Amino acid sequence: MTPQLTVMASDTSGINGVALTVLIVLFLIVTVAGFMASRFRRADSLESLEEWGLGGRSFGTWITWFLLGGDLYTAYTFVAVPAAMFATGAVAGFFAVPYTIILYPIIFIFMARLWSVSHRHGYVTTADFVRGRYDDRTLSLAVAVTGFVATMPYIALQLVGIQAVLEVAGLGGGDNIIAKDAPLFIAFAVLAAYTYSSGLRAPAVIAFVKDILIYLVIIVAIVYLPGQVGGWEAIFGAAQDKMDANNAAAVEAGLPPSSSFVPGSGAFWAYATLALGSAMALFMYPHSITASLSSNSRNTIRRNASILPAYSFVLGLLALLGWVAIAAGTQPIGLDGEANAQLVIPQLFEDMFPAWFAGVAFAAIAIGALVPAAIMSIAAANTFSRNIYKEWLKKDATPAQEAKVSKLMSLLVKAFALIFVLTLDKQNAINFQLLGGIWMMQTFPVIVFSLFTRWFHRYGLLLGWAVGMVYGTIEAYQVVNPVTGKHFGGSLGLIPGIEEMGYIAVTAFVLNVVVAVVVSAICNAMKVSNGKDETIPFDYFADADDPRVQKDLEDHSTHGQAYGDPDDVPGNAPAR
Amino acid sequence: MNPGNTTPQSRPEQGPPPTDKGKMALAGVLLMIPIVVLLWVPHYAKVEPTLWGFPFFFWYQFLWVFICSGLTYTAYRLTLSARGRTTHKVGEDR
Repeated sequence: MTPQLTVMASDTSGINGVALTVLIVLFLIVTVAGFMASRFRRADSLESLEEWGLGGRSFGTWITWFLLGGDLYTAYTFVAVPAAMFATGAVAGFFAVPYTIILYPIIFIFMARLWSVSHRHGYVTTADFVRGRYDDRTLSLAVAVTGFVATMPYIALQLVGIQAVLEVAGLGGGDNIIAKDAPLFIAFAVLAAYTYSSGLRAPAVIAFVKDILIYLVIIVAIVYLPGQVGGWEAIFGAAQDKMDANNAAAVEAGLPPSSSFVPGSGAFWAYATLALGSAMALFMYPHSITASLSSNSRNTIRRNASILPAYSFVLGLLALLGWVAIAAGTQPIGLDGEANAQLVIPQLFEDMFPAWFAGVAFAAIAIGALVPAAIMSIAAANTFSRNIYKEWLKKDATPAQEAKVSKLMSLLVKAFALIFVLTLDKQNAINFQLLGGIWMMQTFPVIVFSLFTRWFHRYGLLLGWAVGMVYGTIEAYQVVNPVTGKHFGGSLGLIPGIEEMGYIAVTAFVLNVVVAVVVSAICNAMKVSNGKDETIPFDYFADADDPRVQKDLEDHSTHGQAYGDPDDVPGNAPAR
Repeated sequence: MNPGNTTPQSRPEQGPPPTDKGKMALAGVLLMIPIVVLLWVPHYAKVEPTLWGFPFFFWYQFLWVFICSGLTYTAYRLTLSARGRTTHKVGEDR
């Protein structure tokens, strides 16, 4: 096998001129669209978080569908899911399908309530809601910091997605560090510029191009490729052979068999908890919330819950392309000459398709990185300016100042992600992202439980969060990669009491909820104050045409300051 | 449909809108079905019966993409009809 690898590597190391040209042309089109986006559903001024950071809460069903699809199904997903299928099989890779199926019933249950209360009180982030629900700055800060920190490595991973494409296209080689990373640098500088000028409208417009390209590429691939490699039976046969061989080799080397064709009885818990934990964590991330809150009515998100699964179907097909690559004998070799499973999808397209179509596929992945990277940086920046800057540093900040801080922060966040990827090992970004998922799930009780009840006590929620964070981090640290011997080697750990492998986030979550229930019961029994609630039950059902919301928003724009409460209706948003 | 379920409120415009709880419960059940089915991995982690070369494990989960989408849409229609419109004028009598 080894000699063949070197031959393949030398075949593919050159620059693919046609593919690269197509990639650059499509990238330029998207760049122009990004700058033009500030005219899309034009607002009088982009100088507020409502407009810059949420697109004026104006997006209807179809724009939201493209925006959320572009946001959740990231370039990294498109690179990593087939890579996991290719390398270790169904448990690590295909769980993405049940994960993105059960995701939608879960958000159906709580997102309409979050939309309504946010609309009614002008909340831009989940930490805003927590602040209003309990009037507790510490709990709100805990939610804000968790979201902010967990989003950073996620942005960095989008760069890893672009890098994978550029590497297969032949760019990014050489010893000169500036020439090596220049393409990535340019791509991100352009992204930063149009995010700064157009806000959330930029990814909303680009998402159209991205999603159409992705659908086109994957459908063509899934129709055309199986016939080229002997049909689906041959593909599944090749995958099974590879997974069996992997496991046999692992057992011979004294390691536990970790590859799977179809999950075996030892992997049921892992498969189910990975799907459940990921689904519950995904809509705690600031970027998912930003895209959801930008919709124009509480029902937009529910309608979307029934049409977004179209992306899950495509993601499943894409996962199977990882196994098509096994049957096709794809050899993902990086420019450094080492095997890198992350390159398998770009490499498969370069091997099997004419250069121009490979270029379209590369563009789909690269543009696919820009949409979530833009939304994530906007969301992280909103979190910073609302819940850290305004709450702790400058309490009398005006909406214009908030928007300015957000815009600058969106640049800083991207710069940080770039430095992260260029200076540290890619594996660090992946490890932190795994850890980020575990962390995000620990904010689920604070956000979702609080949408339905105030039985939980703010101290109970805070303590539960802290316990979940510490437990999750320690457990993840203790996962050692059996091959490299490094910590943070994965996200599966032994579930105490069940003694099966499961997703650490879910174990930490259970612990989190137990602590929250016990402490809340004690605090409630001792009548410890649970903070002042600025919301009323009706807020959780309010829709876009609610007259009181309209009035609040008008006050907001004309006075350029905190919401007033002119007729003293209890529950109207007090000054923040 | 079942007006007896509405909770009386001293100021009606501050409470939740009148809701048909039976329909909401049914919507909740529809939403729970895909979650329970897909988390119960043992019943579908098998190769046979295959369909067009796809092992059962894979085509079954693809099938659930469509079933879940249909269930979610039904739940959406149910919540709409259970709650009617959720907005009203300030002080409007219901």
